[in-house]
Amino acid sequence: MMNKLITTLLAALVLSAGPAAASGGDDILLEPAPINRLDNESLQRGARTFVNYCLNCHSARYMRYNRLTDLGLTEEQIKDNLILNGAKIRDPMTVAMPAADAKAWFGAPPPDLSVESRVRGVDWLYNYFLGFYQDEKSATGWNNLVFPNVGMPHVLWELSGTNRLVTTEYKDGHEAHGAAIAAKRLVKVAALPGGKAAVETVAVATPGTMTAAEYRTLVADLVNYMDYMGEPIKNQRISLGLIVLIYLSILFVFAYWLKKTYWKDVH
Amino acid sequence: MEKILNWIDDRFPLTALWKSQVSEYYAPKNFNFWYYFGSLALMVLVMQIVTGIFLTMNYKPDAAKAFESVEYIMRDVSWGWLIRYMHSTGASMFFVVVYLHMFRGLMYGSYRKPRELTWILGCMIYLALMGEAFFGYLLPWGQMSFWGAQVIVNLFAAIPVIGEDLSVWIRGDYTISDITLNRFFAFHVIALPLVLLGLVAAHLIALHETGSNNPDGVEIKNHKDPKTGIPLDGIPFHPYYTVKDIMGVVVFLAIFSMIVFFVPEMGGYFLEANNFIPADPLKTPAHIAPVWYFTPFYAMLRAVPSYFGTQVWGVLVMGAAVMIFFALPWLDRGKVRSIRYRGNLYKGWLAAFVVSFLVLGYLGVVPVTVWGQFAEGMPLLGGADKATVVSRVLTVVYFLFFLLMPWYTARDKTKPEPQRVTG
Repeated sequence: MMNKLITTLLAALVLSAGPAAASGGDDILLEPAPINRLDNESLQRGARTFVNYCLNCHSARYMRYNRLTDLGLTEEQIKDNLILNGAKIRDPMTVAMPAADAKAWFGAPPPDLSVESRVRGVDWLYNYFLGFYQDEKSATGWNNLVFPNVGMPHVLWELSGTNRLVTTEYKDGHEAHGAAIAAKRLVKVAALPGGKAAVETVAVATPGTMTAAEYRTLVADLVNYMDYMGEPIKNQRISLGLIVLIYLSILFVFAYWLKKTYWKDVH
Repeated sequence: MEKILNWIDDRFPLTALWKSQVSEYYAPKNFNFWYYFGSLALMVLVMQIVTGIFLTMNYKPDAAKAFESVEYIMRDVSWGWLIRYMHSTGASMFFVVVYLHMFRGLMYGSYRKPRELTWILGCMIYLALMGEAFFGYLLPWGQMSFWGAQVIVNLFAAIPVIGEDLSVWIRGDYTISDITLNRFFAFHVIALPLVLLGLVAAHLIALHETGSNNPDGVEIKNHKDPKTGIPLDGIPFHPYYTVKDIMGVVVFLAIFSMIVFFVPEMGGYFLEANNFIPADPLKTPAHIAPVWYFTPFYAMLRAVPSYFGTQVWGVLVMGAAVMIFFALPWLDRGKVRSIRYRGNLYKGWLAAFVVSFLVLGYLGVVPVTVWGQFAEGMPLLGGADKATVVSRVLTVVYFLFFLLMPWYTARDKTKPEPQRVTG
């Protein structure tokens, strides 16, 4: 019973990964992203990581710098700490890298990240940053468990250290799925010829400047920020929704009373 | 005040209209839950028009700017996010409400004589609504907007001889482009809204001519007060149904608000994840599915195999599945209108129809490989996608509900109808 429940939940998790799960016959089990949309400090740290590491190649051109005041920052703080390219406070987050160069270097121009969290989902993004491993066969020397043959190199590798791919073979898909669920972490189940199956995951090859826990916090903060950036209005939307529902509940009492009063004489 | 009203009434039948359509329009007193959806559909239509007007003020129907202008509305326009979510949620909820409204008609035989024209006008509203939704879906200019439009317009290309030219004529180009976006914008914001408003007015005029049906399916006009000429089981629409519908509106708005404020994407069914990627004519998404309200018909389209080297059969089946609703008043030969007095044959077929519609709707969302394949060795079905086979069976059930109706409604063991409504 419990096992079935967990399997169903994990299946739902996989389904929520959407594009990742839909492509190919492989199953990916993602770890839920430990983020909190109300944690301003986490969002500020995420914004710092974003402008330092992502914004060199990726733009976020629907996001204006001054919008970051949402995160409890003053315009002065934003100017001093988060604008690294001399942009004005009301400017959107653009990059100077010409698209043609980007295409030549990476095979495709790095996508704009303004609404990336709404395309991928936060769990996908979180696992994407955990899923990089070294791969001699790829052009950049990097590959990714969540995004196979990704064009982007592992930009955060100095912090995280390097990973290698660990593949364990099982005699059938059922056994492999059992092992995958028991692992309770990012794993991929790949079908092998002859009915066998493999469980793939990543393991540390060389440690980075951060511990594994520190790196996970960094990534969670970054994903939290990207989720905010995808829909800056989200917190306001949810709190307004509560007020609207309270208003409608009160209105319902009056509407119900009005109906009852008028309908008294209908038999 | 009365002087002003008299002045107007001498020149325009304001009071007479109010009386005939609202305060002295006698509706059966036994309307139940299913009778909320007509007024709700009207409210959603008004809401779509009002939010649409405000969106138009900031949206740019230009392939280079459309996607950006939607994000501009979401971020920089005051309350733009709320207006946009109301509009995107409203589109899906419009179909929810209209499907329930149509199901009400099926259950209580509201399409039958003398209300055939009300039903036909309703079917035309449904068609116009499908067009409105299709044209509107291109406007955000995301990947699903682009490729959804590409797939649907290409359906017309399957028509023999004229197909290719026809699809180019619809697009105004050889592919979905800025030109297509501009004309779809024109259709979405002016052409079809005008058609919709005209049809809704005609739908209501026709309804108020015959009077409303009710859950018992009996005519309240058969039993009038001999002195006043008012149906004994009728109550004036205003104030009785206006106050009742206000209550329904509040409940509907609560559900609507939960979606708008807490889950505006509705798990990818109202706003698809892929539509947050700007349209890219060079990159076909791995899985293209239309929005949920079209998926029953899309599942039929996919299920029909090609014969004689053309795909046109699927397109014809899909078109027929929508158009067959028009014939309903003449297919039903039952002695009673309401499901309350019908026999098991009609009840069984209606249930089968609803199940096939819902399961086809689900299958239209997912890839055909969702349930795997039948074993290779199996006779007839070996190797076929299970979902495709199920879609085919359900498509047949869907059509049999209509095509066998003259037979099973005439044979059905019905119960006697009451003289008066039963409360």
